[in-house]
Amino acid sequence: MLLGGLVVFLAIRAVVVPKDFGKFGHYRPGALETISARSIAYAGHEQCLQCHDQEAKVHGGGMHAKVSCETCHGPLAKHTDDPTANVPKLPDVANLCRRCHEKDAAKPKGFHQVDTLAHSQGMLCNSCHQPHNPQL
Amino acid sequence: MDLSRRDIFKIGGKLLLLASAGATLEEILGAAPPSEAYRMADHWWGMIIDIDKCIGCGSCVRACAQENQVPAGFFRTWVERYQVEEGKQPLVDSPNGAMDGFPPSKRTDLKSFFVPKLCNQCASSPCVQVCPVGATFVSPDGVVLVDETYCLGCRYCVQACPYGCRYLHPQKRTVDKCTLCYHRITKGLTTACCENCPTGARQLVDFKNPEDPVHEFLRNNKVEVLKPYMATGAKVYYKDLDGAVR
Amino acid sequence: MIPGVDGFIYPNEVELQWGLLVVLYPYITGLVAGAFILASLERVFKVEAVRPTYRLALLTALAFLLVAPLPLQLHLGHPERSLEMYLTPHRSSAMAMFGFVYLWYLMVVLLLEIWLEYRADIVRLAQTTTGWQRLVYKLLTLGSENVSPEARRIDDKVSYIVTVIGIPSAFLLHGYVGFIFGSIKANPWWSSPLMPIVFLFSAMVSGIAAVLALYMAFMKVKKMPLDMGCLDTIAKYLFYTFVIDFSLEMLDLVQRTYEADESFRTLDFMVHTRLWGSQVILQICVGTLLPLALLAANQLWRFSVSRRKAMYLAASLLTMM
Repeated sequence: MLLGGLVVFLAIRAVVVPKDFGKFGHYRPGALETISARSIAYAGHEQCLQCHDQEAKVHGGGMHAKVSCETCHGPLAKHTDDPTANVPKLPDVANLCRRCHEKDAAKPKGFHQVDTLAHSQGMLCNSCHQPHNPQL
Repeated sequence: MDLSRRDIFKIGGKLLLLASAGATLEEILGAAPPSEAYRMADHWWGMIIDIDKCIGCGSCVRACAQENQVPAGFFRTWVERYQVEEGKQPLVDSPNGAMDGFPPSKRTDLKSFFVPKLCNQCASSPCVQVCPVGATFVSPDGVVLVDETYCLGCRYCVQACPYGCRYLHPQKRTVDKCTLCYHRITKGLTTACCENCPTGARQLVDFKNPEDPVHEFLRNNKVEVLKPYMATGAKVYYKDLDGAVR
Repeated sequence: MIPGVDGFIYPNEVELQWGLLVVLYPYITGLVAGAFILASLERVFKVEAVRPTYRLALLTALAFLLVAPLPLQLHLGHPERSLEMYLTPHRSSAMAMFGFVYLWYLMVVLLLEIWLEYRADIVRLAQTTTGWQRLVYKLLTLGSENVSPEARRIDDKVSYIVTVIGIPSAFLLHGYVGFIFGSIKANPWWSSPLMPIVFLFSAMVSGIAAVLALYMAFMKVKKMPLDMGCLDTIAKYLFYTFVIDFSLEMLDLVQRTYEADESFRTLDFMVHTRLWGSQVILQICVGTLLPLALLAANQLWRFSVSRRKAMYLAASLLTMM
């Protein structure tokens, strides 16, 4: 009876477990392909440079040169796939700049930070600063 | 129980049919071979984090959540703020994982800093060790991944991870975690969190690449991994990590 | 809006992952192991006094063992995939190997032992009943209808061997669960070599207490007199096991408090706040010290039959809590 059970078990195993299970380790190698095939939301700043070279030139010469475009403009892979169909919204300046530049004791001392209320008296940051190259 | 020869043939035939049907189905639905351009054996991924550069803006947390559809209330990466007062227990907080940054620090006189955390992509991962079925694994290129179609949702790995980076996906009912944006790094992009870090505090590194900045980074700086005594082979290295960090 | 965490908790740990359902499983397998040990007292250690509870203990063990996977299945995110643990067990995972320990215990130890014990009755019933009942009993005999004294002697011998194998198997069954918890280095409260031992002894305690309570209950239902000698012996063994179990748990507590390493501060805080009611009041005072006192009193003084029955019942119910 036990032997019969064993045979049934082995038969089920042959059917259900993928043939290449264990090829790289104790897992299904198909998982690697499935995970690699997931869709991308952030295009990466190199993609932006392909069309927006004017902004890139301004951006590249300023303090924000190392800041990726999508950090402020959000995920834009959809936009690079179809630029006219997916036009990105402009960032919410009131909250965006503050998240990085609001003065805080925990932020590194060398980093540009201000008490935004005192600094701008409620005016939007881009009234004076050009976001791509913010130096004044 | 006595089986006649006829019975054996009947049962055996049915099993054979089932097995061959399964095999054919597997062939048809089987995964495509990996792309030629990316070879797993050429890479061994990790990350380096510079504590002194992190400004706690939470861009990484937001980017990760959008890139990977992370469910609300759970985090594949998060940032903690430490405020260390001499002779006392440090104050640690992480409001919503720092998804919206941090409220202003109440004390301005303390040593305070931000610590971004994520899956440490451990080489001797305790989470991989305890998975009963082989649903979580270390890929040949050093990324700890979860096979969604195989995971039972037993959460043994969630218990076993010393860094708290795993969670049960509320809708999929399987375990989820940082994949080091495997779908991006295998295409030559960097991870979503590193892409969107405005100060370059986080950087994806490839230990197998001789030109990678990680080698100089490890040689020239005082670096540490989180919880080194756990001997997990963590591959996320922190520069200037304070002793108060757990 | 998630309020966010402070202190040394990670954001993903806000939701506890192993909750009541997972706790139920060690409790149930504990009852199984404990009941089996009680049964083995009669068969291997020849403690004749507990003979009346032999069959009850075995059946209790079987009943609970069959039910044990249920809370686990409910806990799983994908219970339909649980067969994967048998199809592709990860050899480095304690949980995967446990699936086979469970299977071994169920098939080889429990089912075999129960079959051997009931064999004479099964054969008799197969010969005297009719209809579909007859078919069921005939199947259960598994072809062996010999109930001569010779065959019965062989039965006893085999049963003895199975029980001898079964005792370490019972230890393995529940000690293994202790190992699953004890080997998690990420959790300082669990990670200890003492864990499997503590699990084992508390399993024995709750198992014996369960059989004690069930024996009293069944005798009440069947309106049969209780064998006080049997009851006294069970209570005695319960007391001994309980003392060992309590000592082990106190050892863990005292050592932890004395060494006071980093994890101690957090654990101490938790025990004094969130866990005060369930751990200190319920588990230690009401669930351990009180039954221990009741059982100890019976060792030191002699009470009347009815008083003893009441004390034993109270002790066993409190213990199982």
